[in-house]
Amino acid sequence: MTVELKNIVESLLFAAERPLSVKDIRTIFAEAMDEENPAVTESFRNAREAQIAAALEELKVEHDTPSRSFQLVEIAGGWRLVSRAEYAPWLKRLLDEARPHRLSLPALETLSIVALRQPISRADIAAIRGVEVDGVVKTLLERDLITIVGRSDVPGKPLLYGTTQRFLEHFGLRGLDDMPKSAELRLQAAALKTAEEKQAGVVSSVSDEKQAAPPLGTADATTATGTPNERQTTITPQ
Amino acid sequence: MEADYKVKLEVFEGPLDLLLYLIKKEEVDIYDIPIERITNQYMEYLSLMQMLNLEVAGEFLVMAATLMYIKSRMLLPADQQVTDHETEEGEDPRWELIRQLIEYKKFKDAALQLGQREEEQSNIFARSAEAADIPVEAEQPLAEVSIFDLINAFGEVLKRAGARDEFREIVEEQFTVSDKIEEILYTMRDRSEIVFRVLFAEAASRTEVVVTFLALLELIRLKRLKVRQEKAFGEIHVIKVT
Repeated sequence: MTVELKNIVESLLFAAERPLSVKDIRTIFAEAMDEENPAVTESFRNAREAQIAAALEELKVEHDTPSRSFQLVEIAGGWRLVSRAEYAPWLKRLLDEARPHRLSLPALETLSIVALRQPISRADIAAIRGVEVDGVVKTLLERDLITIVGRSDVPGKPLLYGTTQRFLEHFGLRGLDDMPKSAELRLQAAALKTAEEKQAGVVSSVSDEKQAAPPLGTADATTATGTPNERQTTITPQ
Repeated sequence: MEADYKVKLEVFEGPLDLLLYLIKKEEVDIYDIPIERITNQYMEYLSLMQMLNLEVAGEFLVMAATLMYIKSRMLLPADQQVTDHETEEGEDPRWELIRQLIEYKKFKDAALQLGQREEEQSNIFARSAEAADIPVEAEQPLAEVSIFDLINAFGEVLKRAGARDEFREIVEEQFTVSDKIEEILYTMRDRSEIVFRVLFAEAASRTEVVVTFLALLELIRLKRLKVRQEKAFGEIHVIKVT
């Protein structure tokens, strides 16, 4: 029986316990070794990302039919086989899951702010929400939806937060661009920075680097210099 | 009023949430907020919250001061306007607040959409090594109805009770929250649902209204009762949790 690339990819997706990216799959092809039958694994050793991507697209289409109870979706920067919503009642029974509590609206708001303005400090989150966020931040850290990604350079060197891989998975997002209101609110932050820098007379090549999109939900150890909302307002608790 | 029972309720929403609530309720234009009207409403709510001993964040008071300040600036004729370091000359004194409200509102919308996605995701399963998210006792929303809707309803009942006060004898009666909790549960014994204001129909004084309301909040916190609102700013229904 001939082993096809597409089927290998499908088998990987079937067994994986997390989303697999095209890179992940390519690495597997590069490293897999069948000692009894080396020729087969050899033949796939140099599988290219383009081939893998094409296979994934084909599989997606193949699985996208009512006669299948699961489908292939892009999530959290990778691909994953997931069940269709119609089968939820039975799956819930099978997995006997104590589903975590739904997040409250204040928690969702805080999370949205972090997702769209990361890296961001506690104080800046509070400035947008108009109220202290300590309790909520603690909850979100405990649930591994946000994490510490560095420290700010401003006096006090407050911690900066960003979203995690789990955040993307929990909400079924492909990446941060998939965040609701991403176009409106993420751009705003970048434009805001430029406007403020112009005002302060700061013109440097460093500011261009800061405009780059933040890493895809992964913890990043680099520090960000300066925070976007430094302006004084009477409304902000400091 | 002696609270034998310290009903401790944290309001997780902040002054911006309250302002957005009022703007929606009063159906005013967020870009052209009638500062006087909104400030008055805001102060009313603040006093109701303080009456209920709710854990009101300091930010609510700061916002009260800010609204007063904006109001006073709006009253000055243009040529006498003092320009402070925050605003440029000729700028609408409301502008910074409006900007903040609009931005926050966008994040709120994003949050609602995120909530919907969370809902959708909860029906989808994949092979997973780790156990499901540890059910952490996240801070629970008080009810499906917002705290400001409850406070609003409370305010209305209070006004009605105030009107009634004049026509009854002042009877010095001590009401405790525990008593009222028992009373509410008794009222609900044969019913699964009741309209909010009916719970206060017999209240003879403002004090009684306050204690009854605190008892209701406690029952909601204990998950014995829950509240529901069919449409925005509509009638609130109190429902027994089975």
